[in-house]
Amino acid sequence: MADNGDDEDHYRIKEGDYVVLKRGDIYKSVQILPKKKVIFEKQWIFLDNVVGCLYGNTFEIRSGGGLQLQNTKTTESPPDSKVAGTDNRNIIDDGKSQKLTKDDIEKLKDQGLKGQEIIQQLIENSATFSNKTEYAQDKYIKKKKKKYENTVTVLRPTCRILAMMYHGREPGKICHLRYDTLAQMLTLANIHANSKVLVFETCAGLVLGSIMERMGGHGTVVQMFPGGGPVRAGVESFGFPAHFYETLHEFPICHLNALEAGILDTFAKAPDAGEKESNMTAEEEDVLPGADPQGDSPEEQRMETVSADDKVQDQKKQEEEKRREAKAQEKKVKQEEKQRKLAAAAARLDGRNADGLVIASRFHPCPVLLRLLRFLSPSRPFVVYSQYLEPLIECYTKLKEQGGAVSLKLTDTWLRHYQDIVPAERPEFSRNSPPTRGRDCCRGVAPPPLKSSFISDVVLRLFHVLNPLYKNKIFTKNP
Amino acid sequence: MSFVEYSEVIQDSDVAIIYLGHNSVMPVKVQHGAQTQTRYGVIRHSSDLIGQRYGSKVTCSKGGWVYVLHPTPELWTVSLPHRTQILYTTDIATITMMLDLKPGSVVCESGTGSGSLSHAILRTIAPTGHLHTVEFHQQRAEKAAEEFREHRVSHLVTVRNQDVCKDGFGVMGVADAIFLDIPSPWEAVGHAKAALKKHGGRLCSFSPCIEQVQKTAEALTDHGFEEINTLEVLLRVHDVRTVSLPLPDFGPDCSAHPEPDAMEAPPPAPSQTSINIKTTTPPRELPGHTGYLTFATKPRT
Repeated sequence: MADNGDDEDHYRIKEGDYVVLKRGDIYKSVQILPKKKVIFEKQWIFLDNVVGCLYGNTFEIRSGGGLQLQNTKTTESPPDSKVAGTDNRNIIDDGKSQKLTKDDIEKLKDQGLKGQEIIQQLIENSATFSNKTEYAQDKYIKKKKKKYENTVTVLRPTCRILAMMYHGREPGKICHLRYDTLAQMLTLANIHANSKVLVFETCAGLVLGSIMERMGGHGTVVQMFPGGGPVRAGVESFGFPAHFYETLHEFPICHLNALEAGILDTFAKAPDAGEKESNMTAEEEDVLPGADPQGDSPEEQRMETVSADDKVQDQKKQEEEKRREAKAQEKKVKQEEKQRKLAAAAARLDGRNADGLVIASRFHPCPVLLRLLRFLSPSRPFVVYSQYLEPLIECYTKLKEQGGAVSLKLTDTWLRHYQDIVPAERPEFSRNSPPTRGRDCCRGVAPPPLKSSFISDVVLRLFHVLNPLYKNKIFTKNP
Repeated sequence: MSFVEYSEVIQDSDVAIIYLGHNSVMPVKVQHGAQTQTRYGVIRHSSDLIGQRYGSKVTCSKGGWVYVLHPTPELWTVSLPHRTQILYTTDIATITMMLDLKPGSVVCESGTGSGSLSHAILRTIAPTGHLHTVEFHQQRAEKAAEEFREHRVSHLVTVRNQDVCKDGFGVMGVADAIFLDIPSPWEAVGHAKAALKKHGGRLCSFSPCIEQVQKTAEALTDHGFEEINTLEVLLRVHDVRTVSLPLPDFGPDCSAHPEPDAMEAPPPAPSQTSINIKTTTPPRELPGHTGYLTFATKPRT
């Protein structure tokens, strides 16, 4: 069935949506807020005009930062597209090929010329352009596009886009986790709807969000977190609907010992004990244990001896008292909510029946893995990522010694991008050329070598492991 | 048991995975009264499998033991009976993420082949998505449909026995993603475009040869696809092992002035002859080339 106009709404950008801005290979995650200035690629823009437009639309950045929907696809090739040289033996690099000066270009910009038009001008005023080979011309256009193109595309966030964005912009925040490695992890851990997954990550929430995306709001995710609170900025960027968050739980690892000893409830009831997550200010801390409005507080005793002149002051004190009570009440409600959430998360863990475990953090993976494995059902996969090899060797060795896991593999993935398979800037050319012939057969020249960049930079170590087994059994050796 | 949902206990008519040892797994159709031969002996389904927990150790008749595992698409990929060359988990994982697959996605795939990728897609798009898979070889199409039934996923998939280059995927305007693993993908690009939703979608074409990639990329451009990019993913496995490195012997210590109290000190212990380190070694052979993955986006039409 073809889709009808009703679900068009699903594809429209709304205020408050989390989107990803894109230009070329540059991505940036932002929230659509009215009158909010957003900086993207050294330009200030306002996103107000995109509300109501469709995801995937491309916009021109007008002077002043407003966005205007790009009406037509302005990808006409420059007029000299068919004229090209064969090699660069006669091209002299004297820096004088371009007739337009920097000022000229600025004037064109001020006149309101679009990026495509500026590039056109540059080509027409270049003395050497028509002598360049086709590939050099493509490269030139690509370079100018990068510099003068003034457009931005608004995309719906997905794991793929956000993983590439984080890796390109802030790899340090995600432990340098490359997007193809993340892809391997999600598949190897068999992340799917209606399962229960444990996650321990310090990747700004990117790994957690990716897992939630692959679960589609079905099932349970328990995020184990170190320190005061779980970091989830990355999860917000996915723009999940509210009901996804009903499947998400969090549990502080500082309570793991208590949980396993069975004394978690009593431990958490004590107001000061271990409540590092609470946002208590010093003032409220003072109020909370002692704020008992029913008792005979000093204020009340003082009020009995007050004189008429102090009535205003009394009123003030009463109001202050009320505010303190309200705050204390709020605090109480928040604490109860926190208790409830903690109990809910603990309940999810108590069964020791998680279906998957994913670890990707700056912490030493070995103790984390050995501890969290206890919560995994038998015959379920787990995956550990580390930026460094040695900690994973330790994990591997310890697991082999203690038993309880099979099909352990320590791997990493290498990724290679191939460029310029078909240059997209020259649609006319590829349309006009006879379909059966390759690009250069008409000139009798062998196809050029494809450019590729082999990404093996941060040699990522992925610990690929399948299927822990029945843990507490006595393994008898093979006779 | 199903390939899209876990269960705890092995039951009759389940498909279970027997783990025999490193890199050795085999699938088994669990049936009352049936037996399976392994190199460690016989496994009797009624007594050894049915009613046992997935993940248990099973002792075979000769005395050796194996593990019984719950099936996953990844285990299936390394244990399934090959009818064609298949895609392995490394490529499958990349494809899954780059096509933005998730629960609810509608995917069209051709050719089905041995169903390696199909099972992985089904796992990812369950419970609300659907897979339309096209296979032009009749027996393979039938075998795939039979396996989907046995694996309890047939409600999520439609198998069509036709030629995708001539007749397309059998659906129009419903797909979020298309996957092509056929000899001439450029001939199917038009059909792929028609099968994708009007709002747009993703496409991936897998080809072993770069010439195929070039032709496909050209066809994609002609049909208005954008963000065309090609990549290759290779998996490298690290062998963890303890290595013993001998220490050199430079001869006995020849210091000229013996200490006054040297007589009291015991003679020095013999120095270590080697140091053990735990390290990894790369495998002997570099990972092999499987194919190039070309991705593209169909914009809204």
